[in-house]
Amino acid sequence: MAELTRYFSHQRRVRLLVFGTLLALLLLAQVALQLNVIEAATGVFAGWGWLVANFAPIASAFPALGEISWQLAATVLIAIAATMVAAGVALLLALAGARTTSHWPLAQALIRPFASIMRNIPFVAWALVLLFSFKQTPFTGFLALLLMSVGYLTRAFMETLDEVGHGVIEALEATGAGYWAIICQGVLPAAAAPLVSWLLYMIENNIRDATLVGMLTGTGVGFLFDLYFKSFRYPAAGLVVCAIILVTIAIELSATKLRQVLNA
Amino acid sequence: MIETPVTSGLEPPQLDLTVPKGIRSRSRTAVRATLGTLLLVTAVGLLTLAPGQLGPALLSLAHNLKLMFLQPHLGQDTLAQLLGALGLSIALAAYTTIIGAVVAFACALLTARNLAPAWLATTMRTLMALIRAIPTILWVLVYAVVIGLGTEAAVVGLSFHSVAYLTKAYAEAIEAIPTAKLDALRTSGARPLLIIRHAVWPSVRGSLLSWTFIRFEINFTNAVAVGAAAGTGGIGYYLFMASAFYFDFQEVGAIVYLVLAFALVLEFVAVQLRRRTA
Repeated sequence: MAELTRYFSHQRRVRLLVFGTLLALLLLAQVALQLNVIEAATGVFAGWGWLVANFAPIASAFPALGEISWQLAATVLIAIAATMVAAGVALLLALAGARTTSHWPLAQALIRPFASIMRNIPFVAWALVLLFSFKQTPFTGFLALLLMSVGYLTRAFMETLDEVGHGVIEALEATGAGYWAIICQGVLPAAAAPLVSWLLYMIENNIRDATLVGMLTGTGVGFLFDLYFKSFRYPAAGLVVCAIILVTIAIELSATKLRQVLNA
Repeated sequence: MIETPVTSGLEPPQLDLTVPKGIRSRSRTAVRATLGTLLLVTAVGLLTLAPGQLGPALLSLAHNLKLMFLQPHLGQDTLAQLLGALGLSIALAAYTTIIGAVVAFACALLTARNLAPAWLATTMRTLMALIRAIPTILWVLVYAVVIGLGTEAAVVGLSFHSVAYLTKAYAEAIEAIPTAKLDALRTSGARPLLIIRHAVWPSVRGSLLSWTFIRFEINFTNAVAVGAAAGTGGIGYYLFMASAFYFDFQEVGAIVYLVLAFALVLEFVAVQLRRRTA
C-alpha cells in the first residue's frame, strides 16, 4: 500500500514537472515575443471575417483565372521535376551511404552528416542565394526545391535501404551476382514501395512549399499571389488561394490512395 | 515551409519491410505506373525550364557559396543581435507549437472516429484539410493585414497551421487505440472525460510527443521563413535583409551557421527521444 502511494506521488511529481516546464516555456516565449494575447485572440476571428469578406473570388477576378491556372500548373510541374531529380541524386548518395549497400566506409561516414546539414540549411537561404545568381526565372525555384529535397530524401532513402537488411544481399551474393546486379535485381525491387512512398510524401511537401519559394524568388503561383495581394486585388488573390487548395487536396488524396496500394 | 523537415499526407510513410511478401503484383504495378507518370511529368517540366546563361550563373553561385560557407562574417549586425533574433524565432516556434498542441488535442478528440459521432468527425476532418491546404505563409500574410504586421500575425498564422497538422496526426494516433480498450470502459459506464483520462491519454502519450516534436521542428523552419517572406521579425528577417538588401553573403553564411547549429541540436534531441520512446 505504501509502495502504491509512493508510486502515485512519484507520478504526480513527474506530471507536475512536465506541466511546470511547459508553462515556464510558454511564459518565457510570451515574454520574448512581447505578445499582445488579446489582440491575437480577437484577431483569429477577425481574420476569418476579413478573409470571407475580401477574398471571395467574385466575378471581377475571373479574367485572372487563365493566368492563375497556367502558373499553378507550371509550379506543380516544377515541384515534381525538382523532387524527381533530387530523388535520383539522393538514391545514388543513399546507395553509397547506407550500411547495407555501401562498400566505402568513407562514404558511409560522410554522407549521413552531409544529408543532415543539407536538410537543415534554411531554404530561405537557398532561395535567396540562388535568386542572386539565376535571377527571377523558374529555374531558380527548381534549384531551390531541388537542394531542399536532396538532404531529406537521402536520409529517408538511406534508412529505407538499411531496413531491407542483409538477407537479400547475402542470398544474391551466394549466387555470384555482381554489385549492380544485386542492387538492381535484389535491393531496389525489395525497397521500391517504401522508396516511392517517400517520393510521394516529398512531392506533396514540395508542392506546398513551392508557393513560399515562389514568393521569395518571384516565380510561379507564389509570386502571382504576392503580386495580387500587394496590389490589393484581393478577389484575384482569393482565387489563387482556392486554386491552391484544390490542387493541394487533390494531390494529398491521390498520394494517400497510392500509398495504400503501395503498402498493401 | 514550411512546413521542411518538413508538411501533409502528413505522415511519413509506414515502412514495413520485415516480411518479404513474395510477388505483390498490384503493388509492383502501382510502383511502375507511379514512377512512369512522374518521370513523364519530370521530362515535360525540365523541358519548360530552359535556363538561360548557365555558365556565368553557376560561377557566381560558386563564388557566393564560397563566401557563405568558407568566409562567414557577422557583417553589420552584432552577434548579440543575431542571437537575440534566433531566440525570437525559437520562442515563436515553441509558443505556436505548445498552443497548437493544446488546441489540437481538443480538436483531435472531436475528429477521431472512435470517439466522436461520424458527422462531427467528418466535418472536423474536412475543415482541418482545408486549413492545411492553405500554405502557412498565406495565413501569416492575411493576419498581417488584419491585426497588423508583427509577432501577433506570425503567432496566429503559425498556430493555425500547427492546429490543423497536429489534429490530423493526433486523431490518427487516437484511432489506433484498440476498440476493446474503449469498449471496456464504456460498458462499465465511464463518462467521456474518464475514458479520455484513463484510456486515450495513456495510450497516445508517446506518439503525441513525437508528433509534437516534429511539428516544433517544422515550426522553427516556418518561423525563419515567415520572418523572411512576411517581415515578421526573427532571424529570418535578418537573413532576408542580409541577402536581398545588402547582398552580404558572408553574413548570410553566419546566419545559416547559427540556424544550422540549433537545427542540429534539435535533430540530436529527436534521435534521443525516438530511442527513449521506442
